[in-house]
Amino acid sequence: MKFGVVVFPGSNCDHDAFYAISNILKKPVEFIWHQSQDLANCDAIILPGGFAYGDYLRTGAIARFSPVMKSVSKFAKSGGMVLGVCNGFQILLEAGLLPGAMTRNSGLRFICRHVHVRVEQTDTAFTNAAAKGQVLRIPIAHSDGNYTCDEAALGELETNRQVIFRYTTSDGTEDAAGNPNGSIANIAGICNRERNVAGLMPHPERAVESALDSADGLVIFRSMVEALVGAAKATA
Amino acid sequence: MATAPTEIKVTPEIAAEHGLTAQEFARVKEILGREPNITELGIFSVMWSEHCSYKSSKVHLKRLPTRGKLVVQGPGENAGVVDIGDGLVAAFKIESHNHPSYVEPFQGATTGVGGILRDIFTMGARPVAVLDSLRFGPITAGNGVSEKEAAKNRRILDGVIRGVAHYGNCFGVPTVGGEVAFEPCYSQNPLVNALALGIAKKDDIFLAKAKGIGNPVIYVGAKTGRDGIHGASLLASAEFTEESQQKRPNVQVGDPFMEKLLLEACLEAMQTGTVVAIQDMGAAGLTCSTTEMASRGGTGIEIDLAKVPQRESGMTPYEIMLSESQERMLLVVEDGREQEVLDVFKKWGLDAVVVGEVTEGGLLRVRDRGKLAAEIPAHPLAEEGPVYQRPIAQPPARKETAADWFQFSAERTNLTDNFAKLLGSPAIASKRWITEQYDTSVRTNTLAGPGASDAAVIRIKDPETGKVKRALALATDGNGRWCELNPRVGAMHAVAEAARNVATSGARPMAATNCLNFGSPEKPAVMWQFSEAIDGLTIACNELGTPITGGNVSFYNETLGKSIYPTPVIGVLGILEDASRVLKIGFREEGDVIVLLDGSTPLAGAQHAAPLQERQREFSSSEYSKTIRGIVTGEPPAIDLGAEKRLQECLVSLAAAGSVRSAHDVSDGGIAVTLAESCFAAASQGATQVGANASLPPEASPAEYALFGERGARAIVSVAPSSLGAVLETARQCGVAAQEIGQVIRGDGFRIEYKGSAVVDSSVANLFETWAHSLERTLKAG
Repeated sequence: MKFGVVVFPGSNCDHDAFYAISNILKKPVEFIWHQSQDLANCDAIILPGGFAYGDYLRTGAIARFSPVMKSVSKFAKSGGMVLGVCNGFQILLEAGLLPGAMTRNSGLRFICRHVHVRVEQTDTAFTNAAAKGQVLRIPIAHSDGNYTCDEAALGELETNRQVIFRYTTSDGTEDAAGNPNGSIANIAGICNRERNVAGLMPHPERAVESALDSADGLVIFRSMVEALVGAAKATA
Repeated sequence: MATAPTEIKVTPEIAAEHGLTAQEFARVKEILGREPNITELGIFSVMWSEHCSYKSSKVHLKRLPTRGKLVVQGPGENAGVVDIGDGLVAAFKIESHNHPSYVEPFQGATTGVGGILRDIFTMGARPVAVLDSLRFGPITAGNGVSEKEAAKNRRILDGVIRGVAHYGNCFGVPTVGGEVAFEPCYSQNPLVNALALGIAKKDDIFLAKAKGIGNPVIYVGAKTGRDGIHGASLLASAEFTEESQQKRPNVQVGDPFMEKLLLEACLEAMQTGTVVAIQDMGAAGLTCSTTEMASRGGTGIEIDLAKVPQRESGMTPYEIMLSESQERMLLVVEDGREQEVLDVFKKWGLDAVVVGEVTEGGLLRVRDRGKLAAEIPAHPLAEEGPVYQRPIAQPPARKETAADWFQFSAERTNLTDNFAKLLGSPAIASKRWITEQYDTSVRTNTLAGPGASDAAVIRIKDPETGKVKRALALATDGNGRWCELNPRVGAMHAVAEAARNVATSGARPMAATNCLNFGSPEKPAVMWQFSEAIDGLTIACNELGTPITGGNVSFYNETLGKSIYPTPVIGVLGILEDASRVLKIGFREEGDVIVLLDGSTPLAGAQHAAPLQERQREFSSSEYSKTIRGIVTGEPPAIDLGAEKRLQECLVSLAAAGSVRSAHDVSDGGIAVTLAESCFAAASQGATQVGANASLPPEASPAEYALFGERGARAIVSVAPSSLGAVLETARQCGVAAQEIGQVIRGDGFRIEYKGSAVVDSSVANLFETWAHSLERTLKAG
């Protein structure tokens, strides 16, 4: 089992994702340079947070054209596990691997604080170790996290149970008070129809130790490990 | 001024326009042995500007203590460096970017942050934290402040906050602390002081000494443009006038994405083992980096401007040498191995070009397409600039009598409303609306971000293994109002409070950095303030064991002849031997005992017996006096450094033993504010809501003094009843008085008694409402 963390110029949560996997999860992990089309036989790919290519034009708009994204797309379409966090989520949207788009936060400011997200679905590679309805306390840090899509797309997301995380208050109530950035339907994270690609705005890699105020993000990485172990058993 | 063709003949008038005095111009000619050309004049003018040469402050700065057994690198390099154990060092420094932030708040603040970050990674250290110490004019109208002025100050604040946030967030360094304060004197001259901290292996520290004749000099990073020409000399080294807005083109423009690439590329290039020296191009750009590297290395440097990457065409040698375009670095690498370094920068998509070489003979030689554009001996240019012993004159004593001082309210007055007003004042109110715009948790090291502890606390991951043992604590402080009233005592308080904040987080203070913001050095009264402040810093840093390892001086903080309050801002760095022992300010459990620690009263129950008038005089300088009555006069509280030292030792011992549940120092707004903030923080730290029931020890003072007085050397801790004995014993051993003043209670009651009557009686929820949202409400008003 090996994780790969993609490094774009301007990625700045790459070290944090790497640290969470190597030092907390204690699983093999390596960096993958954006110019490379070789995913180094990794079993799961993480697109980390940051400002890839300076996020000029639009968040993630340039990164989607990088050489590594060709391989990531191919990997994802063949069922490979891909998680995009924050800027990584934005890149997945731009790359068309996930539906919808990101706009400026409704308050038009960068927001960094712990928020609560409710786990909506547990039959994904990213949430199988969580309980349905479990509320996770995880930090956000972004200025473009206002997820949006048209009504038809939202309908499809809901019908196909692709919304996997929603912003809520601490007691799990889904309302405006729990929504930090104006995202439609309080969406904090979604997966694709095949459930092997997911993106979320909150940073689970920043919530993996109680010393950092919360270890709630660990469940997402543990789920990925579970899914990989399960997949390995299935093929064995 | 921005375009100056080389053909211009240098006259005394042109020299004067460049800010050089007649004597300085004569000295230029003496060093050269001839008339300078216009490029050379430009080079001298920036190198000898106040900002770069420290010509007015040098004689005073010499008095500061700069040595200590943990100091690896003191002032004079890009940043100070201290030993933090296990083969690691911390590099840290604070710098001002005041004038640019007034002229263009967003860009001024971004480039302030960018500049200090470059100083840190130039040393080979990876930046791990930024703090910002900000001062603005009043953001609410009233007390002689018009709505127009308040609105303008809000816009400046908004631009600065967005700039600080944008740069740090994009670069990927957490902005974890600092302070924001408001005084009328900063209306036309806000202060933006940025502090950065980095960590490196002790053996991998890089210096800016150009060594090895024939070694290539490499220019890396952003292209050179016409931005920021004379930023250091004309913007930072002159006071503001009504025409200052025309200086907008002198403000640099920041690009944090470029800087992030530069960081990664520089750290990677350093790993090749070929980098001999490195210096960033900040103030005075290419001029300063070439001159200082050559001067420090005892060598010369020759560069060819035709090779310098340029953003626009037709730039003159004058413009290229003086440009302050951001995100640029100059490297000296081993001859023959330059390709290794060039490859690293190519990988990161950055320009990297050999522009010259290290030479013998000590000359800075600048060629432009083969033609000699400037030739100046580097050492005299860098080190033999003018040094002034500026006239000093103590201003006449303020004429004030007891009638001008704060008149205490009658005994038994209920002070709840005043207290709520104090909690809602911009100085005391929660800064969360500001700090939430900063990424405080990137790099996953933040053990205590803004407001969680009295200091920002960052854990140290071993660069190889990621293992965590120790943590670093950082706090900044500087009370301009107190320094205006008494610069010596005010400066001592700044050191004492920053160190106390660090100790209250559980860390042992180890070193300091300073940013000295003052008015015009050409005014004897300002130089008196400066000299007094230096003396205060010297005494306090010596006593508290925090040598100054670097920083900067910012003079000419005045507009239309009016100076700001003298504002020395001090950053203190401390080390926490066990990263799991961080003390936070929030109360935790109902039933815990609230204990007031006081370093200045070794005998429990001892009272401060001073005449009432002394109390009035001292209290007139408090936040309460300013907020409730609009009175700003008197004297800052007397300072007792021995008491501060005892209290700090006590706090560090208590943290190490893990015997207290929370700790918060007594400062702005006194004990009442300390208690309230400890209740507020309980909720935000995820604990259940708790309140406080306290009864302050009766003194021979009015209630307002007891509740809101700001005398130092005090902190409030909460203690589990089972640990109380151990805590009192530790305090006794440290010579610190420890008095039980109350209890943490379930629910949200908040009550303070004094001499048998409830002087504050409210609920945490009510007080929190005011404290938490008043700044946001004010700033959202636009």
